[in-house]
Amino acid sequence: MGILRTFALGGIHPVENKLSANAPIETVPVPKQAIVPLGQNLGAPSKPIVAKGDMVKVGQLLAEAGGFISANIHSPVSGKVLKIDNAIDGTGYKRPAIFINVEGDEWDESIDTSADIVSEITLSSKEIIDKIKDAGIVGMGGATFPTHVKLMPPPGKTAEYLIINGVECEPYLTADHRLMLEKGQEIIIGTKLMMKALNVKKAFIGIENNKPDAINHIRELVKAHDDIEVQVLKVQYPQGGEKQLIKASVNREVPSGKLPIEVGCVVQNVGTAFAVYEAVQKNKPLIERVVTVTGKAVKRPSNLLARIGTPIAALIEMAEGLPENTGKIIGGGPMMGKAIISLEVTVVKGSSGILMMKKEESSRIVEGSCIRCSKCTYVCPMGLEPHLLSKAAKLGNYEMAEDEAIMDCMECGSCHYACPASIPLLDYLRLGKLKVGQIIRNRNNK
Amino acid sequence: MNKFTVSGSPHIQGDDSTKKIMYGVVIAMIPTVLFSIYFFGVDAIRVFLLAIVASLFFEWAIQKFLIKGPSTINDGSALVTAILLALNLPSNLPGWMVIIGALVAIGMAKMSFGGLGKNVFNPALVARVFLLVSFPVQMTSWPKPAPITDGLADVITGATPLGILKEGLDAGKTVSELTPELPTYTQGLMGEMGGSMGEVSALALLLGGVYMLWRKIITWHIPVSMLLTVAIFSGIFWGIDPEHHADPLFHMLTGGMLLGAIFMATDMVTSPMTKSGQLVFGFGIGLLTILIRMWGAYPEGVSFAILLMNATVPLINKGFKPRRFGIN
Repeated sequence: MGILRTFALGGIHPVENKLSANAPIETVPVPKQAIVPLGQNLGAPSKPIVAKGDMVKVGQLLAEAGGFISANIHSPVSGKVLKIDNAIDGTGYKRPAIFINVEGDEWDESIDTSADIVSEITLSSKEIIDKIKDAGIVGMGGATFPTHVKLMPPPGKTAEYLIINGVECEPYLTADHRLMLEKGQEIIIGTKLMMKALNVKKAFIGIENNKPDAINHIRELVKAHDDIEVQVLKVQYPQGGEKQLIKASVNREVPSGKLPIEVGCVVQNVGTAFAVYEAVQKNKPLIERVVTVTGKAVKRPSNLLARIGTPIAALIEMAEGLPENTGKIIGGGPMMGKAIISLEVTVVKGSSGILMMKKEESSRIVEGSCIRCSKCTYVCPMGLEPHLLSKAAKLGNYEMAEDEAIMDCMECGSCHYACPASIPLLDYLRLGKLKVGQIIRNRNNK
Repeated sequence: MNKFTVSGSPHIQGDDSTKKIMYGVVIAMIPTVLFSIYFFGVDAIRVFLLAIVASLFFEWAIQKFLIKGPSTINDGSALVTAILLALNLPSNLPGWMVIIGALVAIGMAKMSFGGLGKNVFNPALVARVFLLVSFPVQMTSWPKPAPITDGLADVITGATPLGILKEGLDAGKTVSELTPELPTYTQGLMGEMGGSMGEVSALALLLGGVYMLWRKIITWHIPVSMLLTVAIFSGIFWGIDPEHHADPLFHMLTGGMLLGAIFMATDMVTSPMTKSGQLVFGFGIGLLTILIRMWGAYPEGVSFAILLMNATVPLINKGFKPRRFGIN
């Protein structure tokens, strides 16, 4: 096998803690009430088209895309629309959501609910993209960028490679791993569909070396396809970052401030590939997803297929309850996930995991003095100097922060992870990015 | 209702800490400390203890009464400075001078800038140079190592090999005439030559350096570029005229070269933050050292070279940036 592929700069190797790697995907029962947030994707929130009292079926359109970068939302359950009101979401804010009281489990007739795998691709490129757009599919890795937008390169740009992201470099998370093991065939068909949509001749599936079973399984499945190749990647965080994965796969660097299409690449998560398969071949919109429920004190770390809108409390129940000494709940992985403030938060399209941290793991180590050890600089995958950027942000010197390329920061958290003085570098960088982003927007509007 | 901690990502942290780094440096210095005790006996222990107690005291007192912040004596940085200071002193230095050295290192060079991480110059070196210019006689009469296994004998003082060389060459002698007075390479490697407590055994210093590389406390960039620069420049002059210039290996094994390259120039706080900058920094130190050793008034130049280069660090940091992703 030789030297494993990896990205060029920086990176860290946190303890993997893939506690749920051997837990097969189980289905969470349909909840009594589903709370479906309207802002589930990157970009504009969706606009509701149902009203209080409407009866809905599973798969029926609830809300339309609210702009070019936005996505449709379909009903994950059948029942009666109770209200459209604010609910706490994964960001901790109260935001509009559609509340549905569940009655039975009646699916829209157009959805193929059989277990048959449909492998024949009959639709044209445009028809595939339209289906994906209609189904409300967004990036399932957590970034939730609307998938159909990525599949329509802007004029003048063409895609050369499709890269399927099966890296799952976040510690603890295993949803993509299990999906590759259990839905490999569907993922390959989803990949084929996106290749046709993009009109590309070659696709790579990138998987980290810590998932040998998934590597072997997917390798076996792509034997029949000359145009799809599995790439084994070194275990190194953030290997699954879009730009890092492109660098590792095809040795191209996305220029600063540009999108992957600039170097002829489109990256999609394995979960997205699976959702594309279901949408195009089975006519099933995005109404459920696999979520890893895990943590060191969790009795039964699990991978759960849950309907969108299911309260996370129900998922935690399936993993045999909230551990006694839980101090923090994270939506997503420990490196980039967001701390959740309430168990009432519901599963959304971007929910990759629910991680329960023990009390002693939950608080930060007290910040010390910077000893200028440069570890933050050594680990930064974007080649930035976090110590400098954090100081610039702290002092309000946003001009310097912009000059030092703060907007290149992908918020992977490697700097804070590596800092021996436990300085919350990323907190300061986020603040700096927010301010510099505003300054840039104001300048462009003038 | 359950109350959960909310904070920004990342939610996990590596197990590195300032304390671990500092005590790692202390561990790396143990072989050198042991060698100096072996060669200089009870006197060495006296200097170590005085330097440590005084440094910790000044760190504690200044933090408590002047800075009025939480105590920082446990972070290990004052201990590192104390041991480095002791390694830079002759073992027969009067006790009160050691204490003044500690005050200069901790009080003047470190705490007056705001404490750990904020100083521009290497504290132990500031103290060494301060003592050297204030007490030139005591700071240049180096006891000859007398292994404690040889029993207690009167301390004989003498010049360092670099001092002998400089004086001899200035007096018109040639290297081959001076060779009988100079230590052999084996003696240099083991430390049987005059010098400060930490300048004697190259072997012990290298051991510490390897340990710090393994623990990733330092990277190879500064020591290698510094020593390579010294080797190349001294090699050129030696190649042209071996009768009036010492060979590169002699330069490596004598004076503060290895102590400086491994423990002083690599100080995180006072060295550049990118690897390319560190290469430039090492080059500058090597060049200045050779310039001072060959043409300066002092026989030894490592401390001056490091301090001078410390002053250029902000500039180096500005000029030598890491390679950014997506910028070609």
